[in-house]
Amino acid sequence: MIRPLISFAPLIALVVAAMSPLALPTYQVAVITYVMIAAVACLGLVLMTGVAGMVSFGHAAFVGVGAYVSGYLSSQLGCSAWIGLACAVIAAGLAAGLIGAVTVRMSGHYLALATLCFGISFYFLVGNSEMLGRFNGLTGIAPVSVAGFDLRGERAAYYLVLAVLALVIAWCRRLLSSRTGRVLRSLRTGPMIAETFGASAYSYRLMAFILAAVIGTVAGWLYAHVQRFLSPTPFGLTASIDYLFMTVIGGSGQLWGALLGAGLVTIIKHELQDLLKFVFGPTTRLELLVFAAIMIIVLQKARKGLWPFLEQMFAPHAAPGADIDPVVLPRRRAKPEHGLTVISASHLQRSFGGLVAVDDVSFDVKSGEILGVLGPNGAGKTTLFNLISGVLSRSKGELSFLGAPLSKVSARDMCRRGLSRTFQHAALVQDMTALENVAIGATHLGRCGLVHNSLGLDRVEERQLLGWSGLLLDHVGLADKAFELAGNLSLGHQRLLEIARALAADPVLLLLDEPAAGLRANEKAVLAELLARLRREGLAIVLVEHDMDFVFRLADRLMVMNFGRRIALGRPDDVRADVGVQEAYLGVAA
Amino acid sequence: MNTDIALILLQDGLVSGAIYVLLATALVLVFSVTRVVFVPHGDLVAFTALTLSAFESGQRPGTVWIVMLAAALALSLEMIEAVRQRDHARAVLSLLRFGLVPALVVLAALFLVPKTAPLVWKMTVSAALITCLGPLIYRIVFQSIAAASPLVLLIAAIATHLGLNSIGLHVFGPEGVRTDGFSGVPLVLFGMIVTPQAAGVLASSVVVVVALYLFFRFALRGRALLAAAHNRRGAEIVGISTVTAGRTVFVFAGLAAAISGLLIGPTTTLYYDSGFILGLKGFVGAIVGGMAVYPLAAVGALLVGTVESFASFWASAYRDVIVFLLIIPVLLWRSASALAPEDGLE
Repeated sequence: MIRPLISFAPLIALVVAAMSPLALPTYQVAVITYVMIAAVACLGLVLMTGVAGMVSFGHAAFVGVGAYVSGYLSSQLGCSAWIGLACAVIAAGLAAGLIGAVTVRMSGHYLALATLCFGISFYFLVGNSEMLGRFNGLTGIAPVSVAGFDLRGERAAYYLVLAVLALVIAWCRRLLSSRTGRVLRSLRTGPMIAETFGASAYSYRLMAFILAAVIGTVAGWLYAHVQRFLSPTPFGLTASIDYLFMTVIGGSGQLWGALLGAGLVTIIKHELQDLLKFVFGPTTRLELLVFAAIMIIVLQKARKGLWPFLEQMFAPHAAPGADIDPVVLPRRRAKPEHGLTVISASHLQRSFGGLVAVDDVSFDVKSGEILGVLGPNGAGKTTLFNLISGVLSRSKGELSFLGAPLSKVSARDMCRRGLSRTFQHAALVQDMTALENVAIGATHLGRCGLVHNSLGLDRVEERQLLGWSGLLLDHVGLADKAFELAGNLSLGHQRLLEIARALAADPVLLLLDEPAAGLRANEKAVLAELLARLRREGLAIVLVEHDMDFVFRLADRLMVMNFGRRIALGRPDDVRADVGVQEAYLGVAA
Repeated sequence: MNTDIALILLQDGLVSGAIYVLLATALVLVFSVTRVVFVPHGDLVAFTALTLSAFESGQRPGTVWIVMLAAALALSLEMIEAVRQRDHARAVLSLLRFGLVPALVVLAALFLVPKTAPLVWKMTVSAALITCLGPLIYRIVFQSIAAASPLVLLIAAIATHLGLNSIGLHVFGPEGVRTDGFSGVPLVLFGMIVTPQAAGVLASSVVVVVALYLFFRFALRGRALLAAAHNRRGAEIVGISTVTAGRTVFVFAGLAAAISGLLIGPTTTLYYDSGFILGLKGFVGAIVGGMAVYPLAAVGALLVGTVESFASFWASAYRDVIVFLLIIPVLLWRSASALAPEDGLE
């Protein structure tokens, strides 16, 4: 009963929203209009802060750019609001592109402070600009007109804003569930996942920054033509902080949370002011104290924000997605012939300050071969993986991939060349479904970018990418978990999910960092069977694993490391008999 | 501009820079132990000056009501938890910590500070009131979300700032104040006239920063705090309570805010809402230090003070804009060095 209700909820909400001005008094209609404008601005912040993980203290400045560009064109030059919108979006896009190009390289609090600097600067620049009316403001802005009708009056403005809000939400939903959106959603965990699967984290962060600015601009444009008067105050730091409040209280990664947060914050502030006026007199600002208290209590009780909290209460299970037909990708990478050297390393070295983590290690791996890498903790196995996969740069030594020497390696480049990997500590996007996580692996196999994703021109490709991901989920035995959130899976299943994601990149070389850790015996058997099959198909596999049985049964050759050095390399039986290896593991020669 | 003006501006800049150093140091301290960007720190600075000014004019400072309200809240939160856990020792301890201590300070502020009292005593009581607020804020706002994401902590800190701001207007009113400074004859140093106020600010700032350094380098408590800062779980395993660490560091934050407030009070007019921009400049200094490195944070804070002083001479309307825009290249540089890909992966 609840399921169908939830899937139709957006439509029902839209109908209710469309009907309500007929029943409500004018004043309430106006209030809701401003809530919806704030919600549009917050949607931008959801993309940037909630989805891509970049905190912005300057969002109101972009809202201001939209408002002032269109407001100026309308009031001073008499341009139509639609020309104003186009100019505002272009101006904000350019400004965000320039500012973002510099700032999105920064991490964490640096980025937050940089946005704060721009936010404050915008406020003072506008406030001191003669052209924009200084702190007195800009008046005489025309309303938006559609087909000759001026959208004057509260109800007309309401429908304009509602239409824009619905469009922006629909567009965000489409974008976030697309190929581009999956990469954006991975950014909150850091740049690693995107880079490992061939996407430039920097470009996607910049994209999120610009999209947030453009959405903010649209909100500002609405504000200018609904309010029809502008002053710098609604675009200052306080406003940016308010948007951030709304986004976080609503649930920062949630589109609907933006709506909820904008509504709650605006209404609470408003009502409190009216209420406390009676108690403490008309000049009181104590409503902010109560407001702050409410915000803190919400954060303490629902850390992820209210929307996830409500969702957990009313609909704890993720809605199942559309059925997918497992398909093999039409254009797969040609597998190299059996026995061809896929990667060869000679005299690799990597030091961290005085510590030499990997010291003079040489080996090669051929297609259709599994190389097991063994060694005690701290032997340098993971560092070796990071050197090969381009996460770390080597201090010395040579690397070549499929015969081509690699002078400088980057994770992104290695993915395109055909290397794919898993991580020692599962690096998944917890709040994405298993299927979507796997699809991130196939990112570099898709072609559809922002434009195709936005306009829905990516259906064929999406069906292929998701079908391919579904097929790989089936291969690792997780077909029935496709629509579970990755964070809800057991640790063992998360590892299998990582393997499926690595395979989704259609690699010729697969690096597996402790894939069997946390798996049950039957799951290990499934995994061993899968790896054996991949080997038959011609994949080269490097396997770091502590489960000796697993490695010895599976590996064609073994390399043993200790203190960063290679102490043995050869067939499993020879390695087992090696004196040096026995010393490393047992302390003395057996 | 001639050399004289430049020297005066430089001195002004260094003096306000020295105050930002204190703010930056406290912010770095709080951040490294609790991951909280303590936005309300500046509010506490402004409140100190407002408190002292109230004492100077023989009035009861509004801070008393804030401390009482906060202590009552913190105490009831503690008691509810203690009763739930049937932990009598904790109940007694929290009665002392969140009941008795603030009560004593409040009583002293209400009855023991006549208008004729010496300046030092007024300063001490003002500082005690503000210092009380530090751990109270930690208890009420941050203790129960100590493990949350930095974004949540940041938003909670901003909410706290809003709350303090609003109650500040209510108890202090909208008027600005300027407190009495250190009196005395200006010295002449290398051809520069140095007021005792400026000398006092610089000296106090240096003393506080050095004291903090010594504390963290040598005292057991200080090293425990650093351990908690470095690794929360590890510290808990070896018996360092992160709650205690958080509370202690907020006592420091309160104290640093109080000292900054006493120092800055005579140099500029402060309003109930002047704190935010002060805190922001301390924050800029802290960011230059990567939120972790004390000496760099101090350099950053001095830089902010100097830039601000020169900027207000050339283009006072754009003073803050100039300060914040000049920070961008520094941010880029710091961010680049923090992002060196080798770090944090192993």
